[in-house]
Amino acid sequence: MPTTPTFARNQWYVAAYSRELGRELFPRTILGEPIVFYRTENGDAVALADRCVHRRYPLSESRLEGDTIVCGYHGFTYDRAGSCVFVPGQSRIPRTARVASYPLVEQDSFVWVWIGDRDRADPGLIPRAPWLADPAYTTVSGMEPLRARYELLVDNLMDLSHETYLHGGYIGTPEVANTPITTEVDEENEVIYVSRHMADAECPSFYAKSTGIEGRITRWQDIEYHPPCLYLLHSRIAPVGVLPNDDGTDPDAFHVEVVYAITPETEHSTHDFWAVARDFALDDQEVSDFLAESNRTVVLQDVRALDVLEQVIQSEPDGYQELSVNIDTGGLAARRFLRRMVERAEPKAVARS
Amino acid sequence: MTPRTAMLHGDTVFRIHWVLNTDRLLGVCHCGAEHEAEDPVELWDWLLAHPEGHEPRAESATPPPVRRLAGV
Ligand code: FES
Ligand SMILES: [Fe+2]
Ligand SMILES: [Zn+2]
Repeated sequence: MPTTPTFARNQWYVAAYSRELGRELFPRTILGEPIVFYRTENGDAVALADRCVHRRYPLSESRLEGDTIVCGYHGFTYDRAGSCVFVPGQSRIPRTARVASYPLVEQDSFVWVWIGDRDRADPGLIPRAPWLADPAYTTVSGMEPLRARYELLVDNLMDLSHETYLHGGYIGTPEVANTPITTEVDEENEVIYVSRHMADAECPSFYAKSTGIEGRITRWQDIEYHPPCLYLLHSRIAPVGVLPNDDGTDPDAFHVEVVYAITPETEHSTHDFWAVARDFALDDQEVSDFLAESNRTVVLQDVRALDVLEQVIQSEPDGYQELSVNIDTGGLAARRFLRRMVERAEPKAVARS
Repeated sequence: MTPRTAMLHGDTVFRIHWVLNTDRLLGVCHCGAEHEAEDPVELWDWLLAHPEGHEPRAESATPPPVRRLAGV
């Protein structure tokens, strides 16, 4: 066990897409805790600790019987709340025979899980990504396993400028270098917003074709990060000079909402959920295929780079040197929030300075 | 100068604008104080020190809200 905690435990995390859960036992490790997920007969999602209290056999290697899990080793049986309801060979059930159950909320196509203190699991704290379950949008999505600590993925996503180098040709455009960037940090709500608004840019041929826009465009690429888990990239495309209305509506623009959920698996690995929602060409399968393929390619390029970086960092002594420059402004803000959230999750008795 | 972007509308928002065609960053505190620097670490230190060393300006250069965020 590590001595310095690196997880912000009292936070909601995406554990899965809702579509991943069904009547099969589904294992996934979140913040270092092995968890088994399933749905009850009436469709409710359940999350229990994936270790039998008897001899620690994984419950995910067991079987469902109705809404209960029957341990695949000696048959201890648990209900959906994690209480043991049957012990083989005796009628008395030990009082301590229960596995932990985790609060879950299904929202915006995700299953959110709470790992920390149960009495603080307020569903109202979950940040929203409404496009993913909105019929006015079409969404493609996936998840890639990352063999790197989640902080490296946060650093990576907070800096859009790496696209020119790491993703050369895929998402970079020449106007980017001449676009002012504003980084905003809301201390109270713990949100970071990085805006890159190009007033007059060339329209990439993909967008010209799929939206029907002709000529030059106003192009916004805005990061909205709700640490620790939810990262949104609002991509907005409109004819030059067309801005959103004062009331926030934006009918004359086209939107691509790229959503990442960054969920630590262990100290050194991360679940990298990604989704791309759009409000144009809704039924065009070619557009869906293109967006899915190009975003997955970009995600895999990042995964490959971060897997390498993790190996390097692990082989170096703690407190290695870095040099921060302008492009790191948003990343620095993210690190500060994450540090603060990790510290807040520690028991008061060991409060740190 | 181009108008300053402001997408968040909370009461305690710090902003850092990258000054176009330069290597400089302009920090704007929620109290209105401003400070320029080349090093983002130094600029964050200055912002987070609020109110220490912050001289509020008479009027804020921040434009009105542009688009309401779904996530906030
Ligand atoms: S390990 Fe589960 S019943 Fe023995
Ligand atoms: Fe990337
Ligand atoms: Zn101030």
